[in-house]
Amino acid sequence: MITNRINKLFQGDKKNILSVYFTAGYPKLDDTVPTIQGLEKHGVDLIEIGIPFSDPLADGPVIQGSSHIALQNGISVKCIFEQLKDIRKSVRIPLIVMGYLNPVISYGIEAFCKKCNEIGIDGMILPDLPLNEYNRSFKSFFEKYNLHNVLLITPETSEKRLHEIDDASTGFIYMVSTSSTTGAKKNVSDYSTEYFQRVNNMKLKNRRLIGFGISNHKTFDNACKYAQGAIIGSAFVKAVSQEGTLDEKIEKFVKSIK
Amino acid sequence: MSYKVNKEGYYGEFGGAFIPELMYPNIKELQDNYLRIINSKEFKEEFAHLLKDYVGRPSPLYYAERMSEHYNSKIYLKREDLNHTGAHKINNTVGQIILARALGKKRIIAETGAGQHGVATATVCALKGMPCVVYMGRVDVERQAPNVKKMRMLGAKVVTVDSGNKTLKDATNEAMRDWINHPEDTHYIIGSAVGPHPYPDMVTHFQSVISEEMRWQLMEQTGSELPTRVIACVGGGSNAAGAFYHFLDDTKVELIGVEAAGKGIHTKQSAATLAIGRPGVLHSARSYLMQTDDGQITEPYSISAGLDYPGIGPLHSHLYETGRAKYLAATDTEVLKAAFLLTRLEGIIPALESAHALAALDKIKMNPDDVNVVNISGRGDKDMETYLKYFDDEKYQTK
Ligand SMILES: Cc1ncc(COP(=O)(O)O)c(C=O)c1O
Repeated sequence: MITNRINKLFQGDKKNILSVYFTAGYPKLDDTVPTIQGLEKHGVDLIEIGIPFSDPLADGPVIQGSSHIALQNGISVKCIFEQLKDIRKSVRIPLIVMGYLNPVISYGIEAFCKKCNEIGIDGMILPDLPLNEYNRSFKSFFEKYNLHNVLLITPETSEKRLHEIDDASTGFIYMVSTSSTTGAKKNVSDYSTEYFQRVNNMKLKNRRLIGFGISNHKTFDNACKYAQGAIIGSAFVKAVSQEGTLDEKIEKFVKSIK
Repeated sequence: MSYKVNKEGYYGEFGGAFIPELMYPNIKELQDNYLRIINSKEFKEEFAHLLKDYVGRPSPLYYAERMSEHYNSKIYLKREDLNHTGAHKINNTVGQIILARALGKKRIIAETGAGQHGVATATVCALKGMPCVVYMGRVDVERQAPNVKKMRMLGAKVVTVDSGNKTLKDATNEAMRDWINHPEDTHYIIGSAVGPHPYPDMVTHFQSVISEEMRWQLMEQTGSELPTRVIACVGGGSNAAGAFYHFLDDTKVELIGVEAAGKGIHTKQSAATLAIGRPGVLHSARSYLMQTDDGQITEPYSISAGLDYPGIGPLHSHLYETGRAKYLAATDTEVLKAAFLLTRLEGIIPALESAHALAALDKIKMNPDDVNVVNISGRGDKDMETYLKYFDDEKYQTK
């Protein structure tokens, strides 16, 4: 049984959970830790630490851009682990790493999971790791090192597969709002509402957060009607790309959402 | 030893379908239906008909007399350059367009490097009256301009890709993102034996007509279905997969793939994935990849846009690891020399990609009685600008 800070967060009836994704090493190489600390300080409930990859298949232009710059800044998996080594001395909310498979495989699957556990990471989101491949060569390490594997569902996911994913999930389910790459401008339309409602009515055993295309108070609020909360990525990355100190930008952004 | 794909889409340890959930319905639909469709009577009839009367198959197997004399060994050329649109790529696009229609798809997307696959896709879309969007990196749009114009004339929309290195890998990313954003009505015609299962198997199946024909053509011309060796260039690996396929279980037949060494495998400017890469996951399959210690994909380089790719199809990684096929690498200089040699000795201007296969003839020990089949995957029309830059230079001419 995997139990950690993620289970605690979703215990009981906590609503309006705000999860924020940011790209490690962006805008500056050393912004990783201050970003995490700032997000916790200003009231975010869960953080997704993005590990940059040269070929982020599921991401739109904003996260493609931040990943590219972070890599130019010199970020790497090793460097991120080094930056995070004392993070649990200052941060208490759940932390998830989000990234693509190849840097993880390259580091070594078990070595990567072990390091995450040492640091105090609670879960992973690897969009290019489908359930069957997870079961085949990842699951045992996730369990050994107490990491939740967060799986995605989309409007196209069949009912049968929804149940499969629900059965395999341990932390929460990442509910992608529309069939698109991240940061799409598509409005959270009537179609999404129908899908949110449909999944809400299925009484899945796992809690859900809605992500992709959540960018402001209005879209956040709407998503919270159908799930325990929502995930913001591209809009936050855009916000920290502006002028100003990192702390001010984070404060202003979080206030504009909640 | 099996060289066929298994149920999960693996060749040994390579392949699989590392797809984001967003692509799951499309890939699952293909996995569940491709074998039924391509083995159906209607599919087979239409595919055979179009390959014969539209593509112009069978492509000749030509005994190259002056080349044979030059190398003191028997050289046969499989003439994929004579296909409609000038390369082997059309074998695959004809197969996939029929499949796309059987699945009820309304819109076609593709990636392209050299533009040969883009042209071959735009061509079959014109043939079937389907809208077509082709993703192409900005660098390739510039160095393969005639093919961009052809695609537009054929009615395709060419989208210039500015992400990453702006070449084939980035065009492939962008095509996959398009598919994620259009989950319902679109089929992605991938251009090589790469990508998630079932693409490598499907593309290999459509290209395997190359070795199917070789066998009976060799029988007619040499009295045996089996050559000593088959040589083909390898980018993603579709023409090589097609040229090897029907010889895989005849282990006496040597199979030789030739990668693009670019300026040399010990320089930073190379695309020889097996020579300098290690296994990883890119474009949804596990295979050899050019990557940094951190697992970031590195930028390949080759004089030929069609081989300028940091990965290789999973079948080839498997053939490499099991030793069933051998892989060599040819430098830009060796390739230009080989292209000019074929042009002067046989009056055939090969594509730069295919000239990599020809360059291997200088690297292999051949006996006079050996039967060597070289797959000429495409013609050199698209590469004239490059050739004209070099052909006056003594350095590239064989005396
Ligand atoms: C003529 C020709 N040969 C070979 C290739 C390389 O592709 P593959 O390795 O899939 O055969 C290309 C790709 O554009 C090509 O145009």
